Amino acid sequence: MSTAPATTGTGTGTIPRPDTVYYFGTCLVDLFYPDAGMAGIELLQAQGLRVVFPQGQSCCGQPAYNCGHRDESRKVARAQLDLFPEDWPIVVPSGSCAGMMKTHYPDLFKGDPDRAKAEKVAGRVWELTQFLVQVLDVKLEDKGEPVRVTWHASCHSQREMGVRDEPKALLRQLGNVELVELTRERECCGFGGTFAVRHPEISAAMVGDKMSDIEGTGASTVVSGDCGCLLNITGALEAAGKPVRGTHIAEFLKERTSGR
Amino acid sequence: MAVENVNFAAASRKALQDPQLRANFRRAMDGLVTKRAAQFADAKEWNGVRTLAASVRTRALAKLPELLEQLEANLTRNGIQVHWASTTDEANAIVLDIMRRNGATLAVKGKSMVSEEMHLNAFLEEHDIEVVEADLGEYIVQLDREMPSHIIMPAIHKNTKQIAQLFREKIKDAKYTEDVGELTDLARRVLRRKFATAGVGMSGVNVAVAETGTLCLVENEGNGRMCTTVPPVHIAFMGIEKVVEKLEDVAPILSILPRSATAQPITTYFNMISSPRKPGEKDGPREIHVVILDNGRSSIYEDEELRNTLRCIRCGACMNHCPVYTQVGGHAYQAPYPGPIGKILIPQIEGLERRGEMPHACTMCNACVEICPVKIPIVEIMGRLRTEAVKKGGHVKGAGARASAREDAAWKGWAAMYSSPLAYRMASALMAKLGNAAPASLPLLKEWTSARVKPRFAGRTLHEMARKKGIPDA
Repeated sequence: MSTAPATTGTGTGTIPRPDTVYYFGTCLVDLFYPDAGMAGIELLQAQGLRVVFPQGQSCCGQPAYNCGHRDESRKVARAQLDLFPEDWPIVVPSGSCAGMMKTHYPDLFKGDPDRAKAEKVAGRVWELTQFLVQVLDVKLEDKGEPVRVTWHASCHSQREMGVRDEPKALLRQLGNVELVELTRERECCGFGGTFAVRHPEISAAMVGDKMSDIEGTGASTVVSGDCGCLLNITGALEAAGKPVRGTHIAEFLKERTSGR
Repeated sequence: MAVENVNFAAASRKALQDPQLRANFRRAMDGLVTKRAAQFADAKEWNGVRTLAASVRTRALAKLPELLEQLEANLTRNGIQVHWASTTDEANAIVLDIMRRNGATLAVKGKSMVSEEMHLNAFLEEHDIEVVEADLGEYIVQLDREMPSHIIMPAIHKNTKQIAQLFREKIKDAKYTEDVGELTDLARRVLRRKFATAGVGMSGVNVAVAETGTLCLVENEGNGRMCTTVPPVHIAFMGIEKVVEKLEDVAPILSILPRSATAQPITTYFNMISSPRKPGEKDGPREIHVVILDNGRSSIYEDEELRNTLRCIRCGACMNHCPVYTQVGGHAYQAPYPGPIGKILIPQIEGLERRGEMPHACTMCNACVEICPVKIPIVEIMGRLRTEAVKKGGHVKGAGARASAREDAAWKGWAAMYSSPLAYRMASALMAKLGNAAPASLPLLKEWTSARVKPRFAGRTLHEMARKKGIPDA
């Protein structure tokens, strides 16, 4: 059993191992990282779980919420609430979207007739690595070549979902993977949703510091659990002509354990 | 100096072009983050003292009107004169009146962020009164006619070389030295003369105790003690929120404030001021005045969620941990309170018409929320202010001032698409196939690609892949 008690956020404790889980893929995964999304599903299936992917899903509503457009956010969030009627856990391959559902839905639906429904959804949300470690206690076998990687922790997975050591614990299970931690692992990469386009220069400076930190580890791959961060970090690495590649942890774990 | 045209984006761009400034902040903030973490290495102790400090502040705010009355009664009983100011103009006028009645033309001032909020120095200079900042950092920024760039470390944007240069230029007969001890001595020599001749000493207040009528002042340099004991008249400044109920409430705040602020277990000086000089006493001021400033705080107080802003004990830890502040420094905010607390406090004081952009200078990373010693839900309030800025009828001054028909329409369109499975399925399939053809010159993509390549659409959606692989839908 892994011990990785969250020091902040809400991701504490565990639940009995379920037979079936819901999978909420998120809008960024859907459009930009579907392979990572699929890898997450397959990792769960490999543990003997039945994974249900409601086709009616779209987005958790966070973009509008963070921009102050709560009515529009609620409209989109409400459209997700009926997709998870059974009492199964909802696994999300993104700390940020999971954090939106878990920590902000109750507030978003305050005084709304759907509040109880929103809270029922919120209470069942898990970030993928948190679920793999805390609920499934997975044991991974590395089938890949030796590689050095580093880990970027997303702000919302850490501080809203309370994910702390789980992703790194998974990476450390991989025998041929050398994990070199960032100096400022917990610092924001500068994505921040619309922040990146509202304040492009500050965002660029922040991701610049993140890139230097990544380069300093000598890793060939930066692994993360959030697609917003990945779009930002890999987009900046590529624009700067750096050879480091970025990958979602679900895809990385799938690749390593299936020997592809 | 009041900043008339505030433009965070432009000011931050300017800051980002100054490599020395950026290096100064990066180094200073990294150091403070590391040192603070060491002070709170024991998570259990941190949680305990933080919960206690937060409860002291929330309890005080819950009873704020009655505590302020009690504070006034007890200060008055102790011989301290209480002045209420609903605006900074009123506060400035009160100070001017006290100075004139005492025939004072020189004041020495210890650190006070409320006096920065009042732009007191500029006001008094306009009335031919000299004010000398006595805190070393404040003295440095005053010499360079700047605003503080941090609420605890006002000159943190400067390095030793820059200070050495400044002292040589601005202090009479000063020779160039980069020796920190010699630089401090230079300032001390100037300040000692000012302490001895000033008609009025000024200070802030860290905590005011209602049950005893005591003003508490936390400081490191002894300048606070000099300002409050040497000149014949002492004027203290505090916001209405600074009061606590009991003397015992001071301990948790004193335990968590210096550790959060400068990573010190305790400061060098801690002053508890409870009366002017009594008959037979050899030192202390003849008169003590306290100016209690509202400046929009009672309006913040009316709203249960926004009220949490007033818990702040001004430790500055949120700045030290803010990745945006770390990049651009304090001056970019063009406000007495920069960083996370500034991003929620200033728009509420000055209104959203003028400051509606400020809550967007944030990635919502929650680093500040994690370390705030009094558990202010800074990011939740940030979100609330973003909402108030674009929606009419809210609580905050200038609510709805930033509403834009174009932005509204865009979000309505977004919501229509993402709330209808059919519309989303069609649109996402289309975006997945054709999205990469979007030119990088489009609005938003243009900003994005200023430092990154375009996001690459995968060509297929997870929805499609799940269907193909037979992943059940229910």
